Amino acid sequence: MAAVKTLGEVAEVVRSKNAGPFIVTFDILFETEEVFEAVRSAGLLSRQAVCALYGVSDNELLGFDFYPFARAVKFSLRRPVGSGGPRDADVYGAQQHAPLLDLAVLP
Amino acid sequence: MIERKREDEFVVVSNGMLGYGFREDSLRDAVEAGVDLIACDAGSSDPGPYYLGTGKPFVGDAMILRDLRLLVKAGADAGVPLVIGSAGGAGGDGQVDHLLRLLGRVMEELGLDRKVAVLRSELDRATVREAVEESRVRTFETGAGLTVEDVDAAAHIVAQIGPESYFRALAGAPDILVAGRAWDVSNIAALPLMQGRDRGLALHMGKILECGSLAARPTGGGDLILGRLRDDHFIVEPPHPDKACTEASVSAHTFYEKSDPVMLAGPGGSVDLRRTRFEQIDPRRVRVSGSAFREAERYTVKLEGARLAGHRALTVGGARDPAFIRSIDAIQDAVRDKIRETQAGFIDPSQYSITFHRYGLDGVMGAWEPNRQAAHEVGILIDVVAETPEIAEAVCGLARSTILHVPFEGRRATAGNIAFPFSPAEIPAGPVYEFNIYHLMEIDEPESFGRLEWLQ
Repeated sequence: MAAVKTLGEVAEVVRSKNAGPFIVTFDILFETEEVFEAVRSAGLLSRQAVCALYGVSDNELLGFDFYPFARAVKFSLRRPVGSGGPRDADVYGAQQHAPLLDLAVLP
Repeated sequence: MIERKREDEFVVVSNGMLGYGFREDSLRDAVEAGVDLIACDAGSSDPGPYYLGTGKPFVGDAMILRDLRLLVKAGADAGVPLVIGSAGGAGGDGQVDHLLRLLGRVMEELGLDRKVAVLRSELDRATVREAVEESRVRTFETGAGLTVEDVDAAAHIVAQIGPESYFRALAGAPDILVAGRAWDVSNIAALPLMQGRDRGLALHMGKILECGSLAARPTGGGDLILGRLRDDHFIVEPPHPDKACTEASVSAHTFYEKSDPVMLAGPGGSVDLRRTRFEQIDPRRVRVSGSAFREAERYTVKLEGARLAGHRALTVGGARDPAFIRSIDAIQDAVRDKIRETQAGFIDPSQYSITFHRYGLDGVMGAWEPNRQAAHEVGILIDVVAETPEIAEAVCGLARSTILHVPFEGRRATAGNIAFPFSPAEIPAGPVYEFNIYHLMEIDEPESFGRLEWLQ
């Protein structure tokens, strides 16, 4: 049985960051076109997978897409509360990426 | 070794954040090779609304003075303008004044007398109220419209001004331009745009250069970045000899802190990257072409406003008892109930909010956390934000004593539930602000927007 590969194993960059105070944007960058294409065609990194991982509904997931020019995948989520306001837990939005690392993306 | 500036190119060297440091040799080498502009961003909304709300800087004076001294001197040596945007962090008038005081010290120390243009972009409430009433303010990423009440509640309101608003100041040929809150790209793109350079390329180059060497690899150790704007492309390169720009590093930076990586929206329109090409021309330099400007129907500037949300008191402790950790949700509810009961008739729940950050469980991600498996110990940060500092401290104190003693299912340890590392356990933490304005305002004449002053 071939070993399943996770995003943490195959992506060069997996990060989250504020895009303004009300949105957190997620970037997944691949080093080579081969890996990017393999992940895209495997179909495991998908809108549905991301929604399930973050417990959000499809209409809360903003702009999930594959961008060949940058060998990248990008999506965004609206923050539950604004950056740095009461009840916020991550002012920079920089630690929301972690669950993606364990997502199986290559069968 | 940086290639000498060509006649037909406009060269910018850019620092990502005033005070975060850069390598002195990078600036010297760039200036020696020839630059037309030294650009420096000095602010961001990233550290949160506190800085706009209070007017305090988020970078220390000593750090700013170090960078400023080098940049001012380099501008004088090269005989090119130094453009600083979002002065003081959030770019409000008080923060601009603070930066001007530091700039005054630097010029005195260096024995330089520079011609300084100051372009302010803090707005008074009446201006924004009028825009709301004339329906010139649009909903943006908050999903909510702007009301006159929001405007009145804001401690400060600033506008992220676009490059067009810099034109008037730059036309006066300043040695140094200090701008209030500005779109980061403006610092880099305004001068080449004034000289008739391509708008799509100038803005895209501005976007890539505005964070300094973050567009190069390795990313550790912030430094300057250099851009050469030519007729139908631009080139990005790091002055630091140990760094390199790669197709991946530059194209990926186009993504950074942007929710739409294909249409980079800003004042006046968007840069369309659908036909952009990133090409490695040598091991350290990337050529970018094909980025095109798409004009918006109306010119807009982004407004940012922060209002006082309350006063904070917090306490932090650790739970090690597995039964406590299993019951943590019920325990929090019990704490809230107990405070409500105890304070009935004294403090109303509408006067405060309590947030439990549970590190080791879901403290970082909250509702987005997919892994609900708690660690063997859980850190609990109790964050109280209330109408007054007194209420915050009273509620925080009650939360501390209640969580320490509240019974829960399966409790064997009846002497105390939490290990507090401090005495006193409560920490008053000052005012808390929130962004209550993050909207787009239509303006008719961007070239005359902002308040321009000249200092000698």
